Amino acid sequence: MSLAVKAVGIRKQFGTHEVLKGLDLDVSYGEVVCILGPSGSGKSTFLRCINHLEVPDAGYVWIDGAIVGYELRTGVLHELPVGRLRAQQRQLGMVFQHFNLFAHRTVLGNVIEGPMVVRGLRRAEAEARAMELLHQVGMADRASSYPSQLSGGQKQRVAIARALAMEPRVMLFDEPTSALDPELVGEVLEVMRGLAKGGTTMIVVTHEIGFAREVADRVLVMIDGEIREMGKPEHVLSNPGDPRVRTFLSRVLS
Amino acid sequence: MNTPKPSQWLQVSDLPGPDAPRHRLAHPGRWVSGAIGLLILALLVRAFAMGQIRWDVVGQFLTARVIIVGFGWTLLISACALALGVALGLGFGIMRTAANPTLRFAAWLYVWIFRGTPVLLQLLIWFNIGLVFPRLYIPGLVDERMVDVVTPFVAAVLGLGVNEGSYLTEVVRGGIGSVDRGQIEAANTLGMTPGQTMWRIVLPQTLRLILPVLGNSAVGMLKFSSLAATIAMGEMLNAAQRIYFINGAVIELLFVCSIWYLAGTTLLSIGQFYLERHFGQSAAGAGSRRQWFKTRSRQAIASGEA
Ligand SMILES: Nc1ncnc2c1ncn2[C@@H]1O[C@H](COP(=O)(O)OP(=O)(O)OP(=O)(O)O)[C@@H](O)[C@H]1O
Ligand SMILES: [Mg+2]
Repeated sequence: MSLAVKAVGIRKQFGTHEVLKGLDLDVSYGEVVCILGPSGSGKSTFLRCINHLEVPDAGYVWIDGAIVGYELRTGVLHELPVGRLRAQQRQLGMVFQHFNLFAHRTVLGNVIEGPMVVRGLRRAEAEARAMELLHQVGMADRASSYPSQLSGGQKQRVAIARALAMEPRVMLFDEPTSALDPELVGEVLEVMRGLAKGGTTMIVVTHEIGFAREVADRVLVMIDGEIREMGKPEHVLSNPGDPRVRTFLSRVLS
Repeated sequence: MNTPKPSQWLQVSDLPGPDAPRHRLAHPGRWVSGAIGLLILALLVRAFAMGQIRWDVVGQFLTARVIIVGFGWTLLISACALALGVALGLGFGIMRTAANPTLRFAAWLYVWIFRGTPVLLQLLIWFNIGLVFPRLYIPGLVDERMVDVVTPFVAAVLGLGVNEGSYLTEVVRGGIGSVDRGQIEAANTLGMTPGQTMWRIVLPQTLRLILPVLGNSAVGMLKFSSLAATIAMGEMLNAAQRIYFINGAVIELLFVCSIWYLAGTTLLSIGQFYLERHFGQSAAGAGSRRQWFKTRSRQAIASGEA
């Protein structure tokens, strides 16, 4: 399998608090990687560093033959102008914990925004594709609703369609079900399961151990800004070597 | 806990059907206060009707050509100044939130100066700007005497518009700041540039927030345009003054102006109401309110309350 995205030695500090202590991660095309870990361990920060919503203090992310946010010239990383950074960022679709749908646009408007404005598709073309995606996430019948008229689970499914519409190489999910009522979690996970089956490359920060066990090709556990355990879900989840990982897992599994 | 005893204990078997006739609570206080209000109003009207005002003169000048033309200027000054104010407010408001510190400082300086000095003073300075810069010279574009360029009309529009812009700058900045950061991050991850994000995501939501303020600005502008009377701009108040200097009907002409201003501000308020309602329909807030109403009434129907 060929490499889709590679994170190299990502470090990030907020003030004096070292949140990420040099993380490496390789993800291949078609792979689903789930990131677990206690609250505050830096999972969101890591994901946001991967798509450059946070700029890492050291280390970098490689995707599609380029380093995100920089141009390598004679061994030096030169910061890219924002326009070229954005062109790289759209290779990394992002689904947020709190959906972040555009409040002034309908469901359809949310999904066609990126394709029309960034990819330059014509409206008819963008709408046709958007309706396919909305079908895929089961939201086609709500295409003309506004975000405020949807439930959390519906919003998140629209957010997934919006990210997919940019045809990114990799999809990033930051706790996509954590803000949902328990009975709405299933519908979102169902959509994500479908994406995984269809071969979408995904990095998923989640607290849903069941989902990780079932869908992930690889699970990694972060504690205090470090990757303490990484491997196949059946290994990591049933007999982790690291004692702190064992404590964490026993707490979430009970 | 002590709950007051119900005055009447209803047996469940005595309960009426859901469609039992209802009697609305009477509000005698409202009737009494209404009557008193009407009485005071009648006394006021009587006082003014019997006071030393020649109402026939008011009626005569209400539709006089000079007054109508003056009101036309009033409207034109207000509209131009408001447009200028909105443009400046948007421009500088966006600059206030820019990443570039020079732009932020320039916008801060603009607000500091023009919000910090009285608008009447600014009008007088614009009107007399020729004392500072006798010629307006931009290579290849203009080369004229300043007094020919900054006519009373231009001075009025500049003075009122630039001043209004400094207030709207702050309003726009607040509006931009209140748009959810998450949506901006979402736009970033879709690959939208800062300009696209500002134009397509942030500003439309900002405009809806500042629409009520714009309504107030329009009403205020209509009234503040009367300040232009002091710089010899022939708008309505100035026209009225020139008439009463001659015929001495001071209060009559001031009343004529009041009537026209009231008519103008009333129309603007009505316009504002419809504009807000129109924009409110696609707004997030109204959307949820309507949704709430729908679910409420559906539940109500389901449970037989309606
Ligand atoms: N913008 C920021 N400024 C300062 N500190 C931050 C910022 N973002 C995150 N942090 C800190 O970094 C640490 C890691 O945060 P992060 O959100 O990555 O944790 P997480 O693993 O995603 O936790 P959770 O499961 O609660 O979402 C926390 O201590 C947090 O307070
Ligand atoms: Mg998080």
